[in-house]
Amino acid sequence: MTSSTDISVDITESMPVVTADARDGSPGREPGDGSTTLETRRSLATIRPSDIAALGGSAISAVALTTLLFFRLLPLSGVLGFVVVAYLLFLAVYTLILSVDETWPTVRDRLASVVVHSLACVMLAALVFVITYTFWRGRTALTHLNFFSQDMARTGPLDPLSKGGITHAMVGTLYEVSIALAITVPLGITCAVFLNEIPGRFTRFVRTICEAMTALPSIVAGLFIYATVILSLGVEKSGFAAGLAISVEMLPIIIRASDVVLRLVPGTLREAALGVGASQWRTVWNVVLPTTRSGLTTAVILGTARGIGETSPVLLTAGFSSRFNADPTSGPMNSLPLATFFFVKSPEPSMIARGFGAATVLMALVLLLFITARLIGGRAPGDLSKRQQRRRVTGSARDYVRVSEARLRREDAELDPDLIPGLRPPEPPTQAFDVVDPDSKPRKKS
Amino acid sequence: MTTAYAPMPADADELPDVPRRLNARVEPSDRSFRFALRGGGLTVLSIMTLIGVFLSYRALQALKVAKWSFLTTSKWEPDSHHFGIAAIITGTVLIALVAIVVAVPLAAATALFISEYAPRRLKRTFVSLVDLMAAVPSVVYALWGFFFLQPVLLVHGEQGNGLPRFLATYFGWFPLFHVTGADPRDPLQTATVYTSSTFVAGLVVSLMVAPIVCSIMREVFSQAPVGEREAALALGATRWGMIRSVVLPYGRGGMIGGTMLGLGRALGETIGVYLIISPVFSIQPHILQNGTNSVSALIALRYGEASPFATSALMAAGLVLFLMTLVVNFGASSIVARSRSGAAS
Repeated sequence: MTSSTDISVDITESMPVVTADARDGSPGREPGDGSTTLETRRSLATIRPSDIAALGGSAISAVALTTLLFFRLLPLSGVLGFVVVAYLLFLAVYTLILSVDETWPTVRDRLASVVVHSLACVMLAALVFVITYTFWRGRTALTHLNFFSQDMARTGPLDPLSKGGITHAMVGTLYEVSIALAITVPLGITCAVFLNEIPGRFTRFVRTICEAMTALPSIVAGLFIYATVILSLGVEKSGFAAGLAISVEMLPIIIRASDVVLRLVPGTLREAALGVGASQWRTVWNVVLPTTRSGLTTAVILGTARGIGETSPVLLTAGFSSRFNADPTSGPMNSLPLATFFFVKSPEPSMIARGFGAATVLMALVLLLFITARLIGGRAPGDLSKRQQRRRVTGSARDYVRVSEARLRREDAELDPDLIPGLRPPEPPTQAFDVVDPDSKPRKKS
Repeated sequence: MTTAYAPMPADADELPDVPRRLNARVEPSDRSFRFALRGGGLTVLSIMTLIGVFLSYRALQALKVAKWSFLTTSKWEPDSHHFGIAAIITGTVLIALVAIVVAVPLAAATALFISEYAPRRLKRTFVSLVDLMAAVPSVVYALWGFFFLQPVLLVHGEQGNGLPRFLATYFGWFPLFHVTGADPRDPLQTATVYTSSTFVAGLVVSLMVAPIVCSIMREVFSQAPVGEREAALALGATRWGMIRSVVLPYGRGGMIGGTMLGLGRALGETIGVYLIISPVFSIQPHILQNGTNSVSALIALRYGEASPFATSALMAAGLVLFLMTLVVNFGASSIVARSRSGAAS
């Protein structure tokens, strides 16, 4: 401190008094005294301790107040009511506390933040809870291994969980989704490429119709297949009919998702391919489709996840069976959502447990598909993962080696042009420039 | 090189400026490729049109018999030619409205939370979570509604304590919340009067549509221009002030569009509604009361034992449902396309 006062004294001698007074107030800011400078970093945190105190205080007071209301003053009861009343009181108390020492815009900001956070928490928690609840109730059925290896043909409604299973439904889902994929993937991706490659009035019309079809309720898709394929054409209720119904449901979804992905292909890529002389077919096959491979895969997988879970089209077209059936063309075929639906319609606890078991298997399947989709896709075209980048780098290194080897070979050939006639360099033009240049000709004449 | 280009002759400006003709010779491979693509497009178009045409054709059979009474009758007895959609359309619309009223605030708050409030590291996780929820099969939501939401959370105990009973007791003067035959002072009252109602079905459907609405809204909110956000903050706006003056006006089109898309989904939902409700064939405006109906649940319930004419009547109901969702969806997409955030979302 001594050195600092010394310097300030030095300065006051040569400077106006006002500045010296101001300097005295903050001696630490003096230039040259590094030993005592206390440069505190400014806190950029948006939350102050008083905010946390206000939140916690309001929460505690709201719970206490609600307890008082519920158990001492008013004839109210119920967990849900308690939570709702406590939340409303919390908002009121929080507003009160904030309005003591904040301006009105700040109070509104804090309130909005709290409301947004709590509503988002409610929704995310409810969504997570739906999944965990299914898995939790499904665990009793899943611990019996026969659940995966038997069908329900010889199992009555009163039989315990150690008898019967859902093999028939798993096989049915597999068949039906395979049929639907075999139809929708080629057709859907062709249509999406068509929407992007051939512009025109017809294309716009097809796109509008496809968008309209995403509005088709799934039960109506099922009803359509039921009325045409089953009632009019006389095909019996079977896995094939169910596959068709699922296709009708999945087709618009896949077309729309693929269309969006294909639209994101950078125009420069396409132009580069066309510019080096590739035909449209080559451009699509070698540039557009490989660029969007991950996005298209994601579109197909998400469409599959939707198709697997749809109950209503299958309900109308697959028929109900509790027997193992590996032939999709004849006889009713069960599937996981349908099995779940029929299991839980029974009042027997063991059947309900089986229903939750089937729903868990279905949910696990959807989860698996979804995670696969996330791992493959979820990136814009051209946005590569680390592994893809590494592969690109090694690929271009290989190309470099190949090209330079080719050049060496050509240079060897140039030494002896007759060895490889195709590689003979063109004759250098000798007088072509004079002929082409129209400007210089008259001058030469004149 | 400059000398390679000849200067224009003096009379060049009198020549008309004809655009150059571009003749791109289409290779045979390209011609067949385009042919195949057009074929794919045409196939999809014909399938889609076939559905619409076939539905209308089969529905006409029933509509010719029922004529305008199809819209005003609430009974469903097609074999005695006495049927109409007055009751089931009311039920469908009410269930969808309950679903939307519950889902939209939740979805909007979640979308705002993900795009504005959530820590950057967790954003991708939340986005994945919401997208996953949109892919969860509807039968899973239906199970949750049927085995947890209704018996545990909403209507529990012998007398059906819970939110519906509370609303019916204290807000019963409001026509929508009225429950006929419910007497809160009657100790012998059973819970069944509050179960299987429009309200419960609507809540289940709301959870199904909320992720879809949320992901559309989040997409739009995250596109709000950074420059305008920063301008608002630099002018001294609080975070909520910035959201109100920049993000919400920018995303208004997307919010309306997302809500309407959710409404379209809610109208067509089958299994969740079918498991919860107990079907009635009269106009039921009391959303808390046992018994309601919806078009998709009606089709799922009646298609099995239907005669050819009854199937045609079901087709007519399905067609009406399809037309409703179509109108809602087209409205949604035109609103989204016309909004500032554009059709890219």
